[in-house]
Formats: sequence, structure tokens, C-alpha cells
Amino acid sequence: MPGIIWLVVLFLVPFYTVLAIAGGTLNAIFSTPVPVWNPLRWTGTSYAAVYHLFFGSGSFVWPIFLRTVWYVAVASLISLVVAYPAAYFVARFAGRRKGLFLALLIAPFWISYMMRMLAWIDLLQTDGYINRALVDLHLISQPVDWLGGKSTTVILGLVYGYIPYLILVLYAGLDRIDQRLLEAGRDLGLNRVRTFWRVTLPLSRQAILTGMLITVLPMMGDYFTNQLLSGAQSTSMIGNVIDSQLNNSTQEAQGAALSLLLLAFLLAPMLYYVRKTRQASEEAF
Amino acid sequence: MTLTSDAVDRPVADDGGEPVDETPPTPPPTAPRVSRRRPPWRNPWRRPWVLETFTWAYLIWSIVPIAIAVLFSFNNGKSQSVWQGFSTRWYWGDPVNSVAHNPALRSAVVQTVRLSVLVTIIAVPIGVAFAIGIQRWHTRTSTTFNFVMVFSYVIPELIFGVAMFFLFTQLFTAIHLGTGAEVLGLVTWNFSWPAIIVLARLASIGSSYEEAAADLGASRLQAIRRVLLPLLMPAIFASAVLVFASVVDDFVVVDLLSGSADTQPMSVIIYSTSHGGNGGPALNALATIMLVMSFAVATIGLVAYRWMTRGERGANSQEAMTSIAGM
Repeated sequence: MPGIIWLVVLFLVPFYTVLAIAGGTLNAIFSTPVPVWNPLRWTGTSYAAVYHLFFGSGSFVWPIFLRTVWYVAVASLISLVVAYPAAYFVARFAGRRKGLFLALLIAPFWISYMMRMLAWIDLLQTDGYINRALVDLHLISQPVDWLGGKSTTVILGLVYGYIPYLILVLYAGLDRIDQRLLEAGRDLGLNRVRTFWRVTLPLSRQAILTGMLITVLPMMGDYFTNQLLSGAQSTSMIGNVIDSQLNNSTQEAQGAALSLLLLAFLLAPMLYYVRKTRQASEEAF
Repeated sequence: MTLTSDAVDRPVADDGGEPVDETPPTPPPTAPRVSRRRPPWRNPWRRPWVLETFTWAYLIWSIVPIAIAVLFSFNNGKSQSVWQGFSTRWYWGDPVNSVAHNPALRSAVVQTVRLSVLVTIIAVPIGVAFAIGIQRWHTRTSTTFNFVMVFSYVIPELIFGVAMFFLFTQLFTAIHLGTGAEVLGLVTWNFSWPAIIVLARLASIGSSYEEAAADLGASRLQAIRRVLLPLLMPAIFASAVLVFASVVDDFVVVDLLSGSADTQPMSVIIYSTSHGGNGGPALNALATIMLVMSFAVATIGLVAYRWMTRGERGANSQEAMTSIAGM
């Protein structure tokens, strides 16, 4: 079973390494991390340091954490509001042009994340098309510095970056709904809007949940979107903290502890997702 | 039909027992005639114009920025936002800063191709073997590892990357950060694609073909090689396409595991050079090359998948598209 050996060596062992470093001690001279492999001798030094970063005096991580949760919540809700109607239309009403619509929906899935961010960097420059269009329409008098640390830009970037994954899950869920159930609803006298509320929406609740998880989980670990679209301290997210700790050898142990805490925070939704997909695959057997 | 839906739309009295106004609302005088020729907004099968417009708006929003970025890779000037005429200088014309002549950009292209090919070659057989094994032995170990595999599929990439980073800097120090670490990390990150897709396909094939093979005297290995693998070919192929394209697009794992500048693939170069938007159109050219690679692989995958599943029930181009996208 090469697959299982691979998983043990390269998935479970790495996480044990992280535990060993987070629970380990620091080298007295360079304060580089020294992993401790015996779990009985793990210490709480790094966790205490991370706690201090969160709640101690001069702490800066707690506001960043709150900002991360806020950005992710807003961005994923916007994604849902945009993605659902589009997926619904393509799944139900596209008719003969379904193939074309589907190809266009899937296309961004094949385009690199970096390319999609780069496209917005081009458009949002001070002399870029967005500013020029807004000035020409007299909506603003001065070009706006969109890339200079604006929350709006970062949230837009998150939405743009992760919406293709959400829309594919929603499409797959909506497309599986049996059309006969909708026809039955209509036959029983429901109008369009009520058929949607009473039949389609409850049947697609599962797709909405898994779709939201599949966008929220990676967004929580995102550090590149805001770095590319703003780069300012005022918009940094929890991922940026971990990334910068890894780049500084005296803080690596704190980075390990912090990513374990993030993992613990996200564990419940992850387990929920795993359980749901397992149920779905068992129903398929 | 109009009458029925009116009857339902009328607010229903609560169970509160309050006296309900029994008199029906006076029908509009023209109601009976209207029910014959409904105004367009009462037609239950009208085209959903609002939804359609919204969908087109979404598609334009999702695709036009990319198209503009591709366009600017052909810009005849240093700007990424002002059009200065068409040229291919950022691909090969410029002797210093074009993708073909700048050593950093050129090595990034080579590195991306190298990683994608290596990872696909390693990850797909491992994932397929994993799926067949999990499906055939229904033991506690196989259930546990199926769980671990799906878990590796949903864990945020940053946390996974951090674990890999410490693995190669603290434990397996013989493998330095660089191509070796990148390949091992990416294989682990991506082999859940073939595993999940092949598991789904195995579930839909069922065990009857293998049992038939066994009845006809095939050994276990022969049954897998001569019966199961040919049946799995479309799924294996679709997952190979997915793995290749997701390695091309991958950023977090390679960002954390690339050691020196010469092992940075294209995505990392774009990230580290475009901070604050001063990369120049050569970056757009690089991104366009990535785009063309992904789309070429996706198109090959689509055509080959259609060819392999020809004659199967339910095979059509939509089914092929969703399979290649891992749905």
C-alpha cells in the first residue's frame, strides 16, 4: 500500500514535526527552534508567546484575527450571493446553450490564481482602466489609489479568487436536483418564487454548505491576496502573520504554534466537511 | 392554473381561531378573460431575463479582466495599464527583460514544467493504488486512511505548507528546500485528486466485472490489470489532467518549499515581483504562458476523455467538462 505509507511519512509525520517544534524549546544563543520529539517533555513556551501576541500588552494579532474573520465572512457571503443565481440559471434554464455556459463557468477554474490577481492589479492601477472609467463617468474627481491598502480591494480580490470553486460546487448540487420534484411543486400550485423557496433551496442546502466550506477554509489561510492587492499592514490577515514568522528563524516556533491554533479553530468545519462527503459517497455506493 | 395559484397565494388564516374574514377578495373585473391570455409576467414558462442578464454580467466580470491582462502581455511599452501598441517584445523580443532572455523568468518556466511533469507521474499511480486498496479492503485501517486523505483535501494549504516546511528544515534535513521538497510536498498535496476521482469511478463500476474475471480464471492481479485498469482509464486520465493543472497553478506549497531563486516556479515569481504593481508586462507574459499551459492540458484532457468514454451511457460534452474539472 504505497499510498498509505506515503500519507504516513509525508502527511502525519509533518504534523507531528509541527507539534514537536511548537512544544519544543529554543536554542539559547540563536533562539532558533529545537524540536522535542518526546511528547511528555513538551513545553508551553511557544504557546505562551503566541498567547502574548494575542492578548498581551502591545499585542497585534488579536485585531488581525478579527479582521481575518470579518474579511472571510463578508467575502464568502458576497461570493454566495453572486454565485448562487448564476449557478442556478446555468443548471436550470440554460437549455441548449448549457455547454457554452458551463465552459465559461469552468474557465476561471483553469486560470492560475496569480493570473487572476495580476489582472486586477493591472485594472486597479492609478492610471488603470477602472480609475479612468470612474473619472470619465464623473463618479470620482481624482483617481483612487485602490492598491494602497483598501479593505474593499482585498475583499473583492478574495471574492474574485475563490468564487470559481464555490460556483462549481453549487452548479453540481443544483444540477442534480430532480426536475420532476420542481414540476410536482408547480403542479401542486406553487408559483415560481415559492417553488424556489420550498423545493429548490432546501434541496440545495447541502451544496451551499459544502461550497461555503470549500471557500472559507482556504480563505482563512490566505496571505497572498492582500499582499498582492494592498501590501499594507492595515489589511494583513492571520496568514500573513504565520508567513512572516516562518521567514524569521527566531519566530519559527511561534509560527508552528500559531498554525496549530488556526488548525484547531478550523477543525470542526473540516471534520464536518469530511463527514458529509463520506455520507454522500456512501449513499452513492 | 391562474385560479389555483391565486387560491394558494391568498394568505392562509393562522390556527389562532380568530374570526377570519370569509368574504373572498373581490376579483378584478377582467380576471376571467385574463386567465386565457396572461400578460407576459404571469407566464410560468417565461424566460428568466433577470437571471440570464445577471449570469452574463457575472461571466463578463470573471473573464474580461483576464482577457485584458493577456492583452497587456503584448503591450509595446513598459506599462501594464496603458496600451501602447502590439508587440511580442515581452515574450522574446526584448534582449534583457523578456521571458525568453531574463534568466529568472526562463528558469521559472522550466521549473514549472519540471514540477508538473514529475508530480503528475508520481502522484497519479499512488492515488490510483490508494483508491483501489481502500475500495477492496474494508478494514479499520483503510477507513482511517480514507479519512486522512479527505482531510488532506480540505486542510488550508498554508497549514499544510507550514507542516511541510518544518518537515524539510527540521527532520528530513537531507532533502533541502528546493526541487526535491517541492515535488514531495506537491505530490502529497495533490494525490487526493486521483484518489477521490478513482474511488467515485470504482463505486459506479461495481464489483461484477472483477467477479466475472475471477470466474473466468483470472488471478487477482490479472483482474486488476486486464479488467479494472482499462475501465478506470477515463478517471485516471481526468485526474492526471487535474493534477498537472493544479501543480502549474499552485502557489502556497511551492512558495514555502522553494529554496533559492532558481527553484521558484512561475507563480512564485509573479507573486514576488508584482508587489505594488511594478513588474511590467513580462509578468503578464509569464502568466499568459501559465494560462496557455493549463488550457492546453485541459483541452487535451477534454478531447481524450470524450474519446475514451464514447459509447458510454450518459457520456456527453457537459459530463466530460465536469469530470475534467473534478466534479
